[in-house]
Parts: sequence; C-alpha cells; structure tokens
Amino acid sequence: MTVAKVPEKIVPKPSLRKKIEDLSRQKISACFQCEKCTNGCPVTFAMDVVPHRLMRFLQLGLLDEALHSDTIWVCASCETCSTRCPNDIDIAHVMDTLRQLAQREGIKTTQKNAPIFHSAFLSSLRRHGRVHEPEMAVVYTLKSGGLSGLRKQADTGLAMFKRGKIKLLPSRVKSRRQVKNIFKSTKR
Amino acid sequence: MEVSYYPGCSLEGVAREYGESVAAVSRILGIDLKELDDWTCCGAASAHATNDTLALALPARNLETADKMGLDLVVPCAACYSRLKHADKALRSGAQIEGVADGYKGDFSIKHFVDFIWEKIGEKAILEKVKKPLKGLKAVCYYGCLITRPPKITDAADTDNPEAMDNILQVLGAEVKNWSYKTDCCGAEHVLTMPEVAWRMIGKLFDMAEEAGAEAIAVACPMCQSNLDTHQREISAQAGKNYNVPVIYFTELMGLAFGAPEANKWFARHFVDPRPLLREKGLF
Repeated sequence: MTVAKVPEKIVPKPSLRKKIEDLSRQKISACFQCEKCTNGCPVTFAMDVVPHRLMRFLQLGLLDEALHSDTIWVCASCETCSTRCPNDIDIAHVMDTLRQLAQREGIKTTQKNAPIFHSAFLSSLRRHGRVHEPEMAVVYTLKSGGLSGLRKQADTGLAMFKRGKIKLLPSRVKSRRQVKNIFKSTKR
Repeated sequence: MEVSYYPGCSLEGVAREYGESVAAVSRILGIDLKELDDWTCCGAASAHATNDTLALALPARNLETADKMGLDLVVPCAACYSRLKHADKALRSGAQIEGVADGYKGDFSIKHFVDFIWEKIGEKAILEKVKKPLKGLKAVCYYGCLITRPPKITDAADTDNPEAMDNILQVLGAEVKNWSYKTDCCGAEHVLTMPEVAWRMIGKLFDMAEEAGAEAIAVACPMCQSNLDTHQREISAQAGKNYNVPVIYFTELMGLAFGAPEANKWFARHFVDPRPLLREKGLF
C-alpha cells in the first residue's frame, strides 16, 4: 500500500474543488467531516486515505493527491457511504468520478489491477454485446500477472470448467453493432 | 403471471445454477419469464468506474425493449438490477440517454427476483408448492450491497435490514437466523484485483454467520455467491481458520423444498457442496 503524500503546506485550490464538483455533480463542500462514511466503510483497512479525509482533500483542491491514492481503487462501490451521508453527497459516485479521471489522464497507480480489470471487462462486452467471462478472466489475468499469473489461476479455471460454469463460446447478440455504437458515441 | 426477464451475463456462466433454479421455480409457481429479446450486458461496475454516459446507455438499451413489452421486469442479479434501476430513474426524470429514442413510457416496475417472489407471489402461493419443508436447516440470508443501496435508486424500505429472503426461507420451513451482516459487502471484483482484501471481507461474513448459529448462507446475487463459495480454502488459509460453509441461492432452496428434480444438478456445481449438510438434515 502506498501512503498518499500530503504537502506540508496546503494552499487551497478552489478551482480544482470546483472541477471535481462539476464532474461528479456533487456538492463536496457540504461535507462537515462527521466521519459517518469512514465509520461505515468496510474497506478502510486497505485504504491510505479514509473516505472523510478524501472529501477533505477534494475540498482543499488536493486533486492530484486524491487521484494518486489507493483509496479510489480500494473502494468496492458498496454504496454504504452514499446511503448514510447526512449531507446527501453521493461519495461512491465521487469515487467513480475520480476513477474515471485517473483512467482518462493515465495516472500511474500502485493499484494497477483495477483499471486492467475494467478494461478487460469492457472490451469483452464491446466485442460480443455480453461479457464472456472466461475471455475476460484470461485477458485480465494475462495483463495483470502474465503467464505465471495465468498458471496460478489455472486450477480455479479447471475447477469451474468441471462444474459446468464455463461457457466455452461467447453469446454473440444480434445488436453487437448498436453496442459498439454506444461505446463510440459515449467516448470522451 | 407474465413478466419480462433480464438474466444477465453471469447466469450463462459462473451462476448457471442460479439461472437454472430461477427457471425451475418460475415454472413451478406459474411465472412466465419472457426473456428480453437480444438483451445486452448492463456494464456493471466497470462501466460506472469508466464513463458515466456509457454506464447509463448500456442498461438503457435493454429498458427500451422492456418498455415496448410493458410487462414488469424481474432481475435476479443484484448488479444488473442496480444498473437497470439507475438508467430507469434517469429516463423517468426525462434525461436524454445515448442510443435511446424519446418516448420512454416506463409503464412497468423493475424488481429484483427476491423482492418479486415475496411481494408479488407471496406466502400463500409459495406454501402451496412446498413438498419437503426445510426443517432444521439453520441459515442466514445474505443480500449484499446493491439490492438495497442506495435507496434513492432501489426504493428499498430498509437498507440495512431487508426481509424478503428471510420471509421466503421461513415459509420454506428453514430456521432463519438473524444477523447484522445482511447487507455488508463481499468485496465484489476485488476477489480478482486485490484478493487479500476481498478474502478478509468474506472471512468476516463467515465468522458472523457462524456466530449467528447458521450452517449455510442463502444468497440472491451471482457475485456474492461466487465470491463466498469459490475461495474458501484460500480464505481459511489467510484467516487461520477452516471455513466450509455452503452458499446457496434462495431459488435453489425453493426448488429443493418444492421437490424440483434438477436440484442435484445445481448443487453439483458448487465449490462447497451443500449436499452433505442437506443429507445430514434429512432434506436431500
């Protein structure tokens, strides 16, 4: 785990706060640090910046630090924080916005597996219209762990196959072109 | 009763026994599942972690099909349910979504299958089909995150204490244990991307289920089932314990209580085979 670096002297950058508020359509400035998000979060044990502190980072405009944090990838999107926030901030959605920005800007993260997973998932979906699980899993495993990673997962794959949980051929839907068009037209 | 049906990708693969048991239970209860023609993937977590407009457009194109059918839509996967509800809320609020034509009527409801069974089928109809009550089966019901959260999307009455699955299992005759971890997180895709983190989360669920006196965990989500069932050996090694907990879809338990002949085939697909426990209880 990396520990996000906080500069010794913080000069608030309202424009960066505004940027993430606009992108997420969430009023992050409303956070009064009650810590309900952090206390209900099931993954704080693996985070470098716990959720209420991440909100504080964003209020101060420490966007770069937020984008480099492990937290944005460790968040499991369980939506507990968003459900409990007394100021109605959709914190889980703010996490999404940060993940989107980090992926678009190609931010180097120590949690490199998560973006690899999302890209493997979406490329299988884009190709077939539905996700073909074995293809997605093989592409993900190869890109994240190489051949040795693939060897490590081979037992699980074989066990799944024996249980009839692996669909050998993808379901290729008729509307593949429409799905591809959705990907094209929503690309930013 | 006719409903439209969105199975989702995992019911064709990892969660095959969920799809098969949903179909069997529906047949027995007289529910006619009309699968959405040429349905496509909802995008799940990967779409919303990558692009907001993509995350709405992918589920929305399926809602367009459902809208034309005008039948209530049932969804057995918690993630698909969540994404479809997100898109439905957006369309109802008049949002323009890429690839979706104007004129969404929204003259239908979207229900997770567990809520549908309890709210629309109900106690009497379930009880009428029970041939072998699940007497002596001690279980907790695990709903996971997205069936209830966030409530502005799911319209859940109680985000921390849903009861549909508990009620269904009670009608089947099981001994349902209360616990505080009904809607805690299983770690989702972390089981692939950061397994040690997910395993710790799952181990906690096993500990709490055991503390509640449960011998099995009933679930209503393909991701929850797969995460809890597949890696118990590794989770045990990491925690220094010896977990061996059957994780069973509520529809499999319904099928078992209804005397569905296919139940054996479903249970054979599990990593932790539920049949020894069921045999011990005289239920199989």
